[in-house]
Amino acid sequence: MSADPAQVDLLRRLAPRVLGALVRRHRRFDACEDAVQEALLAAAVQWPREGLPQSPQAWLITVASRRLADQQRSDHARRRREDAAAAQVPADEAVAPGPEDEQPPAEDDTLTLLILCCHPALSPASQLALTLRAVGGLTTAEIAGAFLVPEATMAQRISRAKQRLKDIDSPFAMPPEAERAERMRVVLHVLYLIFNEGYIATSGPDLQRSELTREAIRLTRAVHALLPGDGEVAGLLALMLLTDARRPARTRADGTLIALAEQDRGLWNRAYIEEGTALITDALARASLGPYQLQAAIAAVHDEALRAQDTDWQQILALYELLARVAPNPMVTLNHAVAVAMVRGPRAGLDLLATLDADDRMAAHHRLDAVRAHLLEMAGDHGAARDGYRSAARRSTSLPEQRYLEARAARLDPPGQRSVPTAGATD
Amino acid sequence: MKYMLLIYDNAQSRATFLGEQGEELMAEIDAIMQELTESGELVGGDALADPSNTKTIRLVDGVPAITDGPFAEAKEHLGGYLIVDCESVERAAEIARRWPSARFTPLEVRPLMDTSGAEM
Repeated sequence: MSADPAQVDLLRRLAPRVLGALVRRHRRFDACEDAVQEALLAAAVQWPREGLPQSPQAWLITVASRRLADQQRSDHARRRREDAAAAQVPADEAVAPGPEDEQPPAEDDTLTLLILCCHPALSPASQLALTLRAVGGLTTAEIAGAFLVPEATMAQRISRAKQRLKDIDSPFAMPPEAERAERMRVVLHVLYLIFNEGYIATSGPDLQRSELTREAIRLTRAVHALLPGDGEVAGLLALMLLTDARRPARTRADGTLIALAEQDRGLWNRAYIEEGTALITDALARASLGPYQLQAAIAAVHDEALRAQDTDWQQILALYELLARVAPNPMVTLNHAVAVAMVRGPRAGLDLLATLDADDRMAAHHRLDAVRAHLLEMAGDHGAARDGYRSAARRSTSLPEQRYLEARAARLDPPGQRSVPTAGATD
Repeated sequence: MKYMLLIYDNAQSRATFLGEQGEELMAEIDAIMQELTESGELVGGDALADPSNTKTIRLVDGVPAITDGPFAEAKEHLGGYLIVDCESVERAAEIARRWPSARFTPLEVRPLMDTSGAEM
């Protein structure tokens, strides 16, 4: 579907409001969600042809309500109507909005929907898919394209997630105050994962996937607008903006990865950096500290350096020390070790990395090998560094990372002994 | 994460699937396929024809040499594959363990390469 981007944006923005309105009126989240999806598809077909209705939101609510009623009727009659014909609702006829449809809903249902779609009873893959469909207004085909799986697979994942929500009978309401923080933590994590899926996409075949970044930022913006005082929401939005700002510089046209230190900083998105920096500065001054804020602050320090050598590593190190205390995990340790190496020298960084060797999952992780190789290279131990890069290249399941690591290794090959690597087998 | 399950077999294990026990074994496969479809983990999969139907192409000094086979002289050969998209390698290994051919011949679980990647 080659739809007008402004209309796609409008539909995606309205999707959670329409769904919220329907669920409030009719309950039955799963059936309402299907009905809204059908209404969105109908709008995508009819609006370009017949023009935008006077109140797009009311149009969608009317059409979705009708689909829901049709569905119920056919359920009752126990007959299926796969009805391309009945699916056509004339644009003018549809818009006989009830008085409540003219008004914006009393409260925005976006948060309630997000919390429902990110229910802890669902697997992360299901949380992502359901969030993108029910809150993001994406079609199943678009989500499948972004995650590079067949549409049938994604459709099944979504319907299973909805069935699960039905089984546990999760109410469409904000959870009690006591549970809210934990549920919001999951929501933010899901938004972060959606962002990251899009951000790590390179070029070419991944084009659809990179749209996830935009979606994640859009949804996080919506949450931030609803909860402006929440420091972690602001922190996450800032982190996304400050990270995405570097996207134009992180790969070459052919998808080759470029390390942060070697990126052309002139390509960084200044508007995003300014917005992200303002957000995080404000959040740090007002809200209680959290991991997203700290990661955003670190990203902001990187982004404000006009040249890699101007990076304020002292400040980054101090932030990692805080992060390691607030939210310790092996990935934080990896980055912390790089900061330690930049401030106190590579050997100090290597010592910190050694603490990860006892962690089974990390010991075999290509990132540990890659960071260790980088620090060994800094320390002048080129032989060990080269072996580390090659080991990391073998373990990575990412083609661009493998190419990057192999190139780093090849740079350290002794002159006259440049190996010609073949995939999978080096040495 | 996507994984390919490489399903190996040999002349004897193929015969078993076609013989008396075959129906039961195929029913087990159908049940697993159904489960993977419903869970939204199944990406694809196929069985391969008997290795005697294989053509092997080699470039010899740039000239393609095409030969029939290999025939069944190999101890084990690739008999089919399954691609699943699941939470962890443990989950992929669990599917492999339950695949009925695992009782006769091995399966391999290998991650698929991704075109995405993070800069370092």
